[in-house]
Amino acid sequence: MSESARIGAAGRRIAVRRNDSRARRHPAWWAFLAHRVSGIALAAFLPLHFWVLGQALRGEAALDSLLRFADQLLFKFGEWGLVVLLAIHLTGGLRLLVIEFLPWSGLRKNWIAATAGLGIAGGLAFALALIG
Amino acid sequence: MSAAATQARLWYWQRISAMMLALFVVVHLATIVYAVRGGLSGAEILARTQDNWWVAAFYGAFVIACAVHVPIGLARIAEEWLGWSGRASNAGAVLIALALAVLGFRAVYAVVA
Amino acid sequence: MSPNLRVSVWRGTTDGGFSTYEVPRQASQTVLDVVTYIQRRLEPSLSYRFSCRVGMCGSCAMTVNGVARWTCRTHVSKVVDGDSLEIAPLSNLPVIKDLATDMGEFFDKWARAKGRFRGARTRHDAFARVEPDSPERAAANAGIECIGCAVCYASCDVVAWRPDYLGPAALNRAWTLVNDVRDTDQHDRLRAVAGDAGCHACHTQGSCSERCPKAIEPTAGISGLKRMAARRAMRGEL
Repeated sequence: MSESARIGAAGRRIAVRRNDSRARRHPAWWAFLAHRVSGIALAAFLPLHFWVLGQALRGEAALDSLLRFADQLLFKFGEWGLVVLLAIHLTGGLRLLVIEFLPWSGLRKNWIAATAGLGIAGGLAFALALIG
Repeated sequence: MSAAATQARLWYWQRISAMMLALFVVVHLATIVYAVRGGLSGAEILARTQDNWWVAAFYGAFVIACAVHVPIGLARIAEEWLGWSGRASNAGAVLIALALAVLGFRAVYAVVA
Repeated sequence: MSPNLRVSVWRGTTDGGFSTYEVPRQASQTVLDVVTYIQRRLEPSLSYRFSCRVGMCGSCAMTVNGVARWTCRTHVSKVVDGDSLEIAPLSNLPVIKDLATDMGEFFDKWARAKGRFRGARTRHDAFARVEPDSPERAAANAGIECIGCAVCYASCDVVAWRPDYLGPAALNRAWTLVNDVRDTDQHDRLRAVAGDAGCHACHTQGSCSERCPKAIEPTAGISGLKRMAARRAMRGEL
């Protein structure tokens, strides 16, 4: 386990012991991590997405050349990954709204399962649309 | 406004923008999955979006919701995982909100106008 | 299966290390039995806390194989890893010595969250009427059995990431009082629990609700506090 320092009263550094991954092996924690990581990835992607579309200001050809560039397999895989992350972030987010606004009914683990399921479903739908 | 009120408002604006985004994202994902079949070209995108004021309204609202939702989330991450102070994370959040709004509206304008 | 357990026990303060002991395995053995055996037979200088040893007081909470538990209510057979056990003090609290932590900050936060009752009636007034079936009373009852063992506090990553965070136990207590129709301190209490270090820092990781030995779900109360704070803020009352 690792240590971390805090400032206590009178500015003294008080060290505490921290948990390691063994304390985090439960579904609600994985749901939190998936939500946070997918959020970071989407936040990083979004400006790029806006910028590419903004290239249409330079005319259809400019947009088209960027889209051709993005036709490469690595990019398609990246797009697919983002669709999956978006589906996960969306469903996980709905779970949080349910927890925070609807009458309490536990940590809604059925919603965690749905998050995984809809992530897969979204990924499949997009993959099939790309290929088909 | 007290610190408590600020936090409460940030919380509910994040949740309200989340509810809006839930709707927008479902529509957007469904549209993209449908449109991407057989490949997607600039011409195809612009054919659907140009001079389409529904597109402008929908995606304009989408951009606003993103500009609210993304920075608040990132500010929390900066405070918890990067050790940023509240002031630093708030400043960063405002910057990101402005950047997303500017880039986003530019993109909407680019495909509609 | 070896007749002995290999038990790693934390010695020292936050700066310290694990010492290993061989403890005979028994049927129906709890982790507290193991710690007691070590202190009585092998290492008299080992410091640890316990009291009731029957799951009522919460004094014996420690980190067992990485997870915060009541050691008197944890059977070795349920948590042993092969023949290994790792016993450490609770996380997120300063270590006084070995397995005993300084609980001061935990209870200070309870006080900072206004986790104490303030009423307006005196002994000369009639009894307050509290409907036992009301939603408020049901919400309060769901959280009222907390005995302050700090398992939830030790399990929470937000407590680790934000030293000021009041934590699940303090917020749960505040929630039970927010739902107490006799309490008169609601405005100050909501202000106390809704700041930077309050309910809004909770990310619904749910470790508190997963680990609470009394099956209390602080996540429920914290969600409730978020809603109340939002309503009050919208009305300009926060």
